Amino acid sequence: MTDKQAENTGTEQTVILAEKLDLTFQTNDGPVHALKGVSLDIGKGDFVSFIGPSGCGKTTFLRCMADLEQPTGGTITVNGVSPEAARMARAYGYVFQAAGLYPWRTIGRNISLPLEIMGYSKADQAERVSRVLELVELAGFENKFPWQLSGGMQQRASIARALAFDADILLMDEPFGALDEIVRDHLNEQLLHLWARTEKTIAFVTHSIPEAVYLSTKIVVMSPRPGRITDVIESPLPKERPLDIRESPAFLEVAHRVREGLRAGHAHV
Amino acid sequence: MRSIVPVLTVVGVIFALWYAAAIWLNAAWAYDKAKRADVALSTSELVADTWSQEKPRLPAPHQVGAEIWKTTGAMVAKGRAFSKRSLIYHSWITLSATLLGFALGTGLGILLAVGIVYNTVMDRSVMPWVITSQTIPILALAPMIIVVLNAVGISGLLPKAMISMYLSFFPVVVGMVKGLRSPEVMQLDQMRTWNASASQTFWRLRLPASMPYLFASLKVGMAASLVGAIVGELPTGAVAGLGARLLAGSYYGQTIQIWSALIMAAALAAVLVAIIGVIQRVTLSRMGMA
Ligand SMILES: Nc1ncnc2c1ncn2[C@@H]1O[C@H](COP(=O)(O)OP(=O)(O)OP(=O)(O)O)[C@@H](O)[C@H]1O
Ligand SMILES: [Mg+2]
Repeated sequence: MTDKQAENTGTEQTVILAEKLDLTFQTNDGPVHALKGVSLDIGKGDFVSFIGPSGCGKTTFLRCMADLEQPTGGTITVNGVSPEAARMARAYGYVFQAAGLYPWRTIGRNISLPLEIMGYSKADQAERVSRVLELVELAGFENKFPWQLSGGMQQRASIARALAFDADILLMDEPFGALDEIVRDHLNEQLLHLWARTEKTIAFVTHSIPEAVYLSTKIVVMSPRPGRITDVIESPLPKERPLDIRESPAFLEVAHRVREGLRAGHAHV
Repeated sequence: MRSIVPVLTVVGVIFALWYAAAIWLNAAWAYDKAKRADVALSTSELVADTWSQEKPRLPAPHQVGAEIWKTTGAMVAKGRAFSKRSLIYHSWITLSATLLGFALGTGLGILLAVGIVYNTVMDRSVMPWVITSQTIPILALAPMIIVVLNAVGISGLLPKAMISMYLSFFPVVVGMVKGLRSPEVMQLDQMRTWNASASQTFWRLRLPASMPYLFASLKVGMAASLVGAIVGELPTGAVAGLGARLLAGSYYGQTIQIWSALIMAAALAAVLVAIIGVIQRVTLSRMGMA
């Protein structure tokens, strides 16, 4: 990355910085305040989860980071530059709630799609495709079409696609929302390994408290009407997290705090 | 095998109805002849006569079959497949106009669809005209196209192809606009996150996504093209082509000739549409979409 903040003064380098972010959608039923006065900074290598009731602006916030939505007030920077400049520099991979694989491309060619677009060489493409397929445990499925894979496998393929190019930010909007508990646990575990190995910065939207606590270094609790941040919880859990950490007292305490935060948000309404 | 039985049943029923209708429609003429010759007709004589008249109101299937054979297979056997009396020759004349018109119509349709999808001004201005164009009866328009083009010295294949094009571009525009717009917002957003250029989004997302729509349109367009080519042969009193055979047949009351040209046109349409169907199946299965 060639951004100006490369030599940030803090101990932790800021990757995403939002200050008093507002976003109001003008609809036929009047304005909808999807985000109001949202301030947050995400450091390099953070795993940040966003949790909150439906309609509190989690997706909207993520889309602002990705330059898919234009804020109506405040500022937001990604890698020290505007979200648009970051998008142009292909600074992030975005995983949508649905896998969104192209039915006419095999899994391998789906994953190489962004690589083709970004102009990676053929050899590099092949090498990267097999590497990320390995990473999400889909080796051997390269020549299958999406419909030949289960929903969970498709979702893993879409994560592989976001990992294939050199973006060090990963934005994920409820990527495991549609999956069953067991598959979800498994993917959570894989995601943590992946995060540890690649040292990416991850912003992750979820509705599940255990998922948020298990994955994150930082949990952002949001509440709706207007969409705002009500609590930011720094997780005391170690980086190394076996699945059974979820029964530990430290884990349950963080989960409790998140639940309290969500309740408080509801009480405001 | 299982699918052939219902098909054969339907064909059988059609033939039975056809033969029955031939008796019913041609009986009057048979009685007329008998009356003039002053003979009484037995039922079997009546049936035999209605199925073998020279200029019946409705020729029997075997008469049409014999006529088609006489003007196709038999001509080939004599090595005169492309003589003026051969239905193969006339079919070829019509087919060439159909294919040219189809190609032009498909090209025009795709171009217009791309313009409509990418340009809001075109979306608002072109689409109403496209729809209006199809509300004008082609029978009223065809003579004008032929006459105008003739006046500027263009005759033969091209004017007919223009009429084919006029009929076939419409389903292609409608289908392709829908097809090019079929990618979900999410897929377009995804392209944006990769900072894909407009042309990358077109070639890698919009165009492949539109393929099923394109093939459906091509089938309709092909049939419309054939109709266009035949209609284009009617107003000029063309001497060649299936349309010319239809016209000549009706001048001289040659119903058998009319019907054989009709059957030939139908068979041609079926074959052309089937060919597109095969290409569709191969293409889509290669794309993993079928
Ligand atoms: N394009 C849009 N036009 C108008 N209103 C919108 C638009 N997108 C989102 N909204 C509104 O903004 C608010 C926040 O929506 P958002 O999708 O960010 O919520 P969310 O927290 O992601 O909810 P969920 O958990 O259900 O996904 C909602 O009230 C929603 O109706
Ligand atoms: Mg959402």
